[in-house]
Parts: sequence; structure tokens; C-alpha cells
Amino acid sequence: MGRMLRMTGIGKSFPGARVLSDVDLDVAAGEVHALIGENGAGKSTLMKILAGVHRPDEGTIELQGKAVEFGHPIDARRAGVSIIYQELTLLPERTVAENVFLGREPARRGLVDREAMEKATALLMDELGEFSFGPRDLVARLSVAQQQVVEIVKALSVDARIVVMDEPTAALAEHEVELLYRLVRQLSERGIAVLYISHRLREIFELADRVTVLKDGAKVATVPIDQLTTADLVRMMVGRDVTDYYPARATREAGDVLLKVSGGGNDRLDGIDLELRAGEIVGVAGLQGAGRTELAKALFGAEPFSRGEMTPKRPRSVQEGIAAGFGLVTEDRKSEGLALHQSVRDNALLVARTRGQRSGAKVLDLLKRVRLAPPSPEKEVRLLSGGNQQKVVLAKWLTVAPKVLLFDEPTRGVDVGAKASIHELVRELAEDGMAVLMISSELPELIGMSDRIVVLRDGRIAGHLPANPSEEAVMHLAAGS
Amino acid sequence: MRRNLPIFGVLTVLLVAIAIANPYFLEPQGFLAFVKRAAPLAILAAGQYFVIVSGEFDLSVGSLVTAEVVIAARLVDGDPGATWPVIALLLAFGALVGAVNGLVTTLLRVPSFIVTLGMLLILSGAVSLWTDGSPRGALSEQFRQFGRGTIGPVPWSALILGAVVAYVVWLMRADFGRTLVATGDNQTAAALSGVRVHRVKTIAFVLSGLSAAVCAILLGGFAGVSAQVGQGLEFQVITAVVLGGVVLGGGRGSVAAAIAGAFTLQALFTLLNLHGISGALEFTVQGLILIVAVALGTLQPSWRPRRRKPPALTS
Repeated sequence: MGRMLRMTGIGKSFPGARVLSDVDLDVAAGEVHALIGENGAGKSTLMKILAGVHRPDEGTIELQGKAVEFGHPIDARRAGVSIIYQELTLLPERTVAENVFLGREPARRGLVDREAMEKATALLMDELGEFSFGPRDLVARLSVAQQQVVEIVKALSVDARIVVMDEPTAALAEHEVELLYRLVRQLSERGIAVLYISHRLREIFELADRVTVLKDGAKVATVPIDQLTTADLVRMMVGRDVTDYYPARATREAGDVLLKVSGGGNDRLDGIDLELRAGEIVGVAGLQGAGRTELAKALFGAEPFSRGEMTPKRPRSVQEGIAAGFGLVTEDRKSEGLALHQSVRDNALLVARTRGQRSGAKVLDLLKRVRLAPPSPEKEVRLLSGGNQQKVVLAKWLTVAPKVLLFDEPTRGVDVGAKASIHELVRELAEDGMAVLMISSELPELIGMSDRIVVLRDGRIAGHLPANPSEEAVMHLAAGS
Repeated sequence: MRRNLPIFGVLTVLLVAIAIANPYFLEPQGFLAFVKRAAPLAILAAGQYFVIVSGEFDLSVGSLVTAEVVIAARLVDGDPGATWPVIALLLAFGALVGAVNGLVTTLLRVPSFIVTLGMLLILSGAVSLWTDGSPRGALSEQFRQFGRGTIGPVPWSALILGAVVAYVVWLMRADFGRTLVATGDNQTAAALSGVRVHRVKTIAFVLSGLSAAVCAILLGGFAGVSAQVGQGLEFQVITAVVLGGVVLGGGRGSVAAAIAGAFTLQALFTLLNLHGISGALEFTVQGLILIVAVALGTLQPSWRPRRRKPPALTS
């Protein structure tokens, strides 16, 4: 097998952050090459460089032995690089054939030659196997798995030499994954190099010939898959010195049970059994799509449970959730947490309903309590840093003194200093007798903060872990390996 | 408050220009006459403000004003004793139309632009059907007092406007106002904070409907009964609110500025009139203002921070 792709010494910085440094990657024709790493390890940036979306600051790219430079995604596509993104990019209201030939429709006398387009699409589909849909079907009617087939047909139709797949199984049902495996193997048999990005180690052992591990923007190693065990892979991904500082754990026994769910479920969750006690921080781990945010929203009443027992009574709306003593610090504070053009005060008062909760003196106290610096209530929230915005969200919930606070990625997009201060606050709230549920994709944070950890997988609880588990233990449960 | 200043500046300049062209304007009588003329639009602008700041539109107010005036004339039919009951009925009808607009927008998730455009057509069709082209009946003299009469030197309409302004300013400082603006700014965040978004928006439409009823009561007295009395008012009022710096799409702008926008528009028309420029140009002027005001509004965020960027808070 000849060498298809060689990336050498790739480096890339964005303002304020070095994302990749000195990364090498080489992929042979017909190889399935897995690319793995934690969130933020630099996988997506590396792939975007290959796709021509970003230009590398340093390093070279060779395709089939020839140096190439991509100034634009179109250059990369012409050179034979096809990317299948996690969020599929097909046009839903167009047919399969129209999507395959989007932007390069065959023409006859100035009109689109639909017949030729559909014939060519059908031909490519036949080569891949038998499908229950045809070139004339609307993409909107297809399942995610079928849409992936269309993306692959599209790649074949432009004679792609390299196909990059970004978390292709994230949105697939179990039985659809088999179909994807089959397609990936077919691509490889045709001599196409497949770069396969996934968190799911099982798939990597199933499909890949070699695997490259990235961590913190640098390459850890490229290794043939048959020389590795799952444990090796996990160690390569997370192996770091834990030097981060976290506040001390609970100093007293967890108190009364403030929340109890048994058999909780809705269309995204099933069989949720969970207990939260006053004074404890319970971490929630899981891969993307495992149902972590859905769990928080179900408890809160925003996307309620439709079955199961719960104490306090299962909230059916946000209002009921708040009345029952829940607060939710959402994952994306800009789109779900704050009214950005309003003042700190107005945002802090958004949940408050009674006169006592709204009094001006109390708002100032709360702003000081969440360590908003400076505590200026008239400032528009959009002008604050990420950390201060998060503190305003927190102040908003403290006005109603919730019993159970649900945090969804509490320190996402927050700088290091503010992070530590938010960690301290969360611990302080637990010490004051709240029960805290904390979702985090950052394993060190999750492990450093939690008194115990619940791991979710595919909408169910995959397991419970005590305080301070190893990252490997969490990953094993989350990935189901 | 800083973002409100431009409109008050523009208004002041226009008022000075009017005073220069027509010194009578400086006398109490002259100025009060101007307030009387501007009051119906200013009240309507206050109502429209609630809807726009919540992120919606109310295009139905023009037709609603016409319908209210026509209904009033028919039901009062010159009978002084009918004045108060009919006024109560008009207010109820305005609130009802607003409630329908609000509920269809929020519960059925039809864009308010479409809902209120539909309501505009429905009401104007109903008025034509009911009147056969020319309204029948007449308003009582008591009824007309609100639009044209005075107590001492002060016109009734100025007093009513004052009361409306006091009420809406208070409303915007109360919990409702804060919730309303936050809803217009970020509906998802508001909903996840326990705000009953549907209810808040529906109330905004009800307030707009009520403002149309009050506007109709003043206009009926001031301009008399016709099937054209509210024509084009929906565009005038949206122009006024936008001119006041209230951002379409919601979440930004104050009710005082919206009302100032209505005064500014009225001042501009007065000035054009004083300089003998045809009233036919009113629509053209309005169109220009609407486009320019929105264009300036969208430019603001991009150039403002560059000029005097407030220091980001570091934590």
C-alpha cells in the first residue's frame, strides 16, 4: 500500500491558545486510521487543517507524495479530501441525487440533467450495496444512517482519496453501526484512506489498522492497533499529571435525601435511579449524547421525565421544578442562561418572584457572595468575562435558595482563575446544605470535585463510582469497553 | 439610558426648528395643540413598544383603531348616555383582539408578523362588511371631548397621555417590565428561569390592543368618524418605535424612547407641513426613517465598542 497522506510538523495557534504543535500524521492508501484524544486534544483542528478550513502556522501536507497547500475547503475537496462532519451537511429538502451532485450538477443545454445525475447516483449506490432508498428520495425523509450513506456516495462521486469521518456513530442506533462498519471497509478495499475519529474504543478495535493518539495538541504516538489493549489506549489518552487544585471534599457526612428518583425515564433516558443528599456533590460523567444534559433537564422539569417515581414530586414544567427547589445552571450560558443585553441586576432577578427575593440589598449581597468582581449591578451582562457571566447565573439561582442545584458544564469557557473560584463556590454551596449535581466533560474537574460519580451511557446509568476514581475507570464505564 | 439620548436630541432639534418657523408654538396653547395631535400616536407607540421589545410585531393596530371608531359611532349613535358603557366595551374589544393575537402567536407558534397581518385584514374586512363603505351613527359630544376638549387650558388627550405614560413607565420598572425585556432578549433563558413566556407575550399584545382602543377614543373625537381613520397607523407606529431606538427582534430599548419616537415623527410631519411640503410625502419620509433607523441600529454594536470599549471585567 502506498502512502496516501503525510502531515509533518503541523502547528496551529488561535489567539491566546496554542492548539496544535508539531503533529505528524501519515496514512496509507486503503488504511483505516483512527484518531483519538480527549475533548480539546486538537483532533478537530487537525482535521480542519486537512480540510482546508484552517491554514497551519507550521508544517507541510503531502498527498500521494506531492506537497499541497489548501487555501480553501474547495482546494482540499478537489485534491480528493472528503470530510463527513458529525452534523451532516446535506440539504434536507433536496433529493439524494441533488445532494450528491450539489454545486457540480451535470448540465445539458444549460439545464440540469436530472436523469444523468440520478443514473450516476444509482450506479454508485449499487456499488456500495443494497439500500431501501433511491436517488430521488428527499434527504429529509432519510435516517441519520442513510444520510451518512449519501455523504459517502458523495465522496465516491468526487473520487475522494481520503475520507475523514468525525464521530460517525454518535447519532446512530446500535443496528445501524454495522452498516457503517461495512461501508468503511468497502472504502478501504477501494484503496481510499479513511481517517476515523471516535471516542468509542470498541469501534476503533473493530475497524482501525492503526491509531494516532493526540493529547493537549501534541501527538502521543501512532501505533498499530493489534499491539494495544483498551487499557493502553485509555492511558495514552488521559495520562497526565494531576496537578490541578480542587477544594477539599465534604467535611461531614451527607445529610438528608433531597432528591430520589427511581425508574425515571423519557424518550432520551431510561431506568434512572438516583439519590442526592444535602451537602454532597455528585458528578455526572458520560460521552457526548449519553444523556447528561437530558438528565439535568428532566430533574429540573424543562424536559420532564414521563415515567418513574420521584421525591419531590416529578416536576412537569420549569415552574414546578423551581417551586420544588431545583435550579439549573445550563451548559450554554449565552443561549440558555442569560439575557445578554440586560444588566447584571435584571439577570440576577430573573428567577426571583417574591418581593423579598427581589430586594436590592439582597442582590448586592448575592453578587458579593458569588464573588462577582467588581459587583456592579448596572453593567450589561454581555460585557462581562465568561467567569463573571457564570457567577451572575449562579446569583440568579441563589435568589430563590434552591435545595438542589444542577450544574451542566459549570466552567466551560471560563478562564483558569475564575474556574477555581467557581469550584470553591460550588463546594461552599454544598457545605451550606445544598445537594449538587455536576455534569462535566473535563475528567480532572469531575474527579477533583465530586464526592461520588454517576456514569451515563446511552441514556441509562452505566455505573456508580466512589470519590476519586481513576480517569480510566470513568472512561471504561462511559465508553462501555 | 445612554442609548436613549439620541432620540431626545433629535426631538429637541425638531421642536426648536418648529418654534423658529412658527413662534406660536412656544406659547402654551401652541405647544399643547401639538401634544394633542401627537397623543394618539404616542399612546399607540407605548402599546406597540411592549410587543416589539418582547420580540414580536403588532400590525393589526391600524385596522383595530378604525374598527373601534366605527363601532363606537354605531353604538353611541349620538346618545350621551351610551358614552361610558361604549368606552368600556371598546377597551374590552381592544384587549380581546390583543389576547387573540397573543394566544395565536404563542400557543400556535404562528409568527406574530403573520398573525397580526391576518388580523389587520380580518378587521378591515369586517369593518367594510358592517359599514358598507361608509360608517353610520355618530359619537356623542361627551365622547368627542376626550379627543378635542380641554379642562381649563389643558387638552383631555394630554392628560390621558400623561396617565398612560406614568402607567407604562411604572409597568416597565415593575417585575413585569424586566421579565418582558428579558424574554425579548433571550426567550430560552427566560423560560429556563421560570418565566411564563407565553403569558408575558400575550399580555404585551393585550396592552397593544388596549392602546389601540385608547388611541381610537382620542382619534374619534379629534378626527371624526370615518372608515379610514386608522389607515397606515400600524406603519406609523412601528416607525415611531424603531425611531426611538427600540430594536426589532426584542430585548432592547425603553418605553420612554418609543414615546419620544412618536413625538419626533409627529414633529417631523408638523415641520414638513410648516415648510409647505406636501402631506403626500409622509409615507416616503416614514419609509426612509424606518430603513435608516434600523440600519443605524444594526450598525451600533459593531462600531460602538471600538470607539469606547468598556473594560471587560476580569475575575
